[in-house]
Amino acid sequence: MYRYDEFDQQLVNERAEQFRRQVRRRMNGELTEDQFKPLRLMNGLYLQLHAYMLRVNVPYGCLSARQLRQLAHIARKYDKGYGHFTTRQNIQYNWIRLEDAADILTDLAAVGMNAMQSSGNCVRNVTADHYAGRARDELQDPRVWCELLRQYSILNPEFSYLPRKFKIAVTGAPKDRAAVALHDIGLRMYLNEGGEPGFEVIVGGGQGRTPVIGKTIREWIEPEHVISYVEAILRIYNLYGRRDNIYKARIKILVNALGIDKYRELVEAEWLQIRDGVLKIAPEELARIDAYFQPPAYEQLADQDTEPSQLHDADPAFAAWLQSNVAEHKVVGYAIVNVSLKSPGKIPGDLSAQKMDALADLADQYSFGELRVSHRQNLVLVDVKQSDLHALWQALGALDLATPNIGLASDIIACPGLDFCALANTRSIPVAQDIALHFANSTKLQHVGDLTINISGCMNACGHHHVGNIGILGVDKRGQEFFQLTLGGSSDEHASLGDRVGPGLPQSEVPGAIERIVDTYLEIRDGKDECFLNTYRRCGMEVFRTAVYGPAGPARRVTATRQVA
Amino acid sequence: MAQVLIANRLSDGLVVFLAADGAWVESIAAGVLIDDDRAAGELLDQGLADADNNLVIDPILINVTVRDGTRTPDAIREAIRAAGPTVSVET
Repeated sequence: MYRYDEFDQQLVNERAEQFRRQVRRRMNGELTEDQFKPLRLMNGLYLQLHAYMLRVNVPYGCLSARQLRQLAHIARKYDKGYGHFTTRQNIQYNWIRLEDAADILTDLAAVGMNAMQSSGNCVRNVTADHYAGRARDELQDPRVWCELLRQYSILNPEFSYLPRKFKIAVTGAPKDRAAVALHDIGLRMYLNEGGEPGFEVIVGGGQGRTPVIGKTIREWIEPEHVISYVEAILRIYNLYGRRDNIYKARIKILVNALGIDKYRELVEAEWLQIRDGVLKIAPEELARIDAYFQPPAYEQLADQDTEPSQLHDADPAFAAWLQSNVAEHKVVGYAIVNVSLKSPGKIPGDLSAQKMDALADLADQYSFGELRVSHRQNLVLVDVKQSDLHALWQALGALDLATPNIGLASDIIACPGLDFCALANTRSIPVAQDIALHFANSTKLQHVGDLTINISGCMNACGHHHVGNIGILGVDKRGQEFFQLTLGGSSDEHASLGDRVGPGLPQSEVPGAIERIVDTYLEIRDGKDECFLNTYRRCGMEVFRTAVYGPAGPARRVTATRQVA
Repeated sequence: MAQVLIANRLSDGLVVFLAADGAWVESIAAGVLIDDDRAAGELLDQGLADADNNLVIDPILINVTVRDGTRTPDAIREAIRAAGPTVSVET
C-alpha cells in the first residue's frame, strides 16, 4: 500500500490545523455560514438532516488494518460508534460535531488518511477495482496510476474550482468492477497487440438526474501520457463547462453539447501542447510509486480443493459462502474474500467500531493486514490463504459478516436516503431492509444468482439505481414516498442504463414486486447460466411489466400506505 | 396552522427548536408552538437573529400537527429531522 512520505504528511497535518483555525473563526463569528460552507466542504464536512457528516477518503478503496482501527477509534470517540461505507469506496460518519472536526482530521492524518476533496467542485477520491492487484483476470495493477492521479489532483490549484465535482475510476481487468463508464473519466487498462499496457480513456459518463454512459475519447494511450491526457480533459472542461446551472455543469453535459468528436478535437489540441511536459511520467517516478504496491510475502502454495459443488453435501453453508463471497486470486493457493456488510435487516454499508476492530484483527491474521472497500458497500480481505478460508468464514460468521450474498439480490446498494441525507426525497434504507428480509429465509436468491438491486432516495442517484439490474428510485408524490422500478441497468464492461417499468409503488409493495420479477425471470430464463440481465435483454420489458402490475397494467394510485413512525 | 421553529445548532449540527425562554432545545415538545402569523414572524426573526449570532444554522418555521399532545411535523423530511432516523443504527 502507499504510505505518506514527509511531504504528504506535512500537507495533511497543516491542513488539519488550517481547518482548526477556520472552525474557530466560524464559531466566534469571524466567518459567516456562507463563507464557511465551502471551507468545510473542501474538508468533507457536510451538514445533513441530523448533524454534520464527515466523508473520509479511502484512496481507491485501499485500507490497512491500522487505518481501519483508527476509523473505529473515530467512530467510537467522535460519533455513535459506527461508520457507513459508501459507493465511492469512502466512509462517512453521520453524527459529527463541528467542534471535533479538526481533531478528527488530526487523527486521520496520524494514519495517512484525510478528507480533502471528498466534497466540493474538484477531483474527488479516485476509485478503482476493489480487487486491484489481486484479481486473477487482471491485466495490469491500476493502483500505481490511481496513486499518481491522487497526487496530481490533490490541492491542484488549477482544478480546485471546477464547474462541478469530478470523479475518476480506473480498472486493469477486462471484467469491470469499477463502473468506469459511469464516471467523468474512466480509465480501462489493457494490453495492445504487442503486449504493451495502455489505457482506453472514457469520458462524460455519470448518473444523477441525467444518466449517461461514457464515450471513448481515446482508444489507446501510453501509460506515461495518461496524466497529461487527464489534464487536457480537465482543462477543456474547466474552460467550457457550464457554471450558470448546477444541473448542467457536469462534464457529461458539455460532451453531449459539443459532441464527442468536437470534445476530442479540443482535448487532443490541448494535449499536444503539454504531452511531453512535466506530466509525462518518468520511469523512475513510476518505479518509485510502484514500489509501494509490491505484493506481500506470499507462500508457495497449491490451489486447494475448494470447489463449492464438492463441498456442498458436507457443509452447505460454507459452500454457499465460497460460491458467492470468494473470488479467484492471481496467486495460486490464495483467495479474495468479500466481507458482506449486507446482513438482512441491517443498514447496507454500516459497520460498528467493534466490528471494525475485529475485522482489522482478521485482516492482520489472514490477509497481510490489508483490506479494500468495494463500491457495492462491502469490504474485502484480499490475500487469504485458501487453507484458511474455513476458519475465516467461521470467524466472520461470529461477527455476522459472512452473509453469503455478494452479487445476489440482497447485496443491495442503498444511499443513506431521507433517514440521513438533506437532499433525499424518500427513505432508501428501509426499502433495502424490507427486500433483504423478504428473501432472508429463502434459498431463492442462490437459485437466482447474479442480480444487482440498487436503491436511490432521490434523482441524484447516489444509490446507483440507473445501473442496477433492478433499480429503485424513490420519488415524492404530494408528500408521500413512492418507488419507481427500472430494469436492465448494469455498470460492468457492457454498461447500460435501466428502463423504467412504470409508475411508482408504495414501499409496502416493493418486495412483492421484486419477488414477482424474480419469479418471472426463473420461469423464462434460458437455463440457469443465463443471468437476470441477459434474460431481460433477450426478452424485454413487457413480461416483467406484467409481472409487476398484472395484465391490466398499472392502476392509478392516490396515497402511499406507510407513514413515518 | 400550528408551527415550530427548527434549525441545526452550529456547534454540533444537532436539530434544535426555539423554546419560549429563547433557548434552543433538542425536543420538539419543549419548543414554542405558535399558531398565528404575527407570532410566526416574531419567532422567525428571533431565529434569524440567533443565526446571525452564530448559534444556529438555517432556522425555518415548519407546520406541525398536534394529536393527543404529541407534535408531529407534517412533512416527512421534518418529521424525520425531529424524531431521528426511522432505522436502527449499528452499535
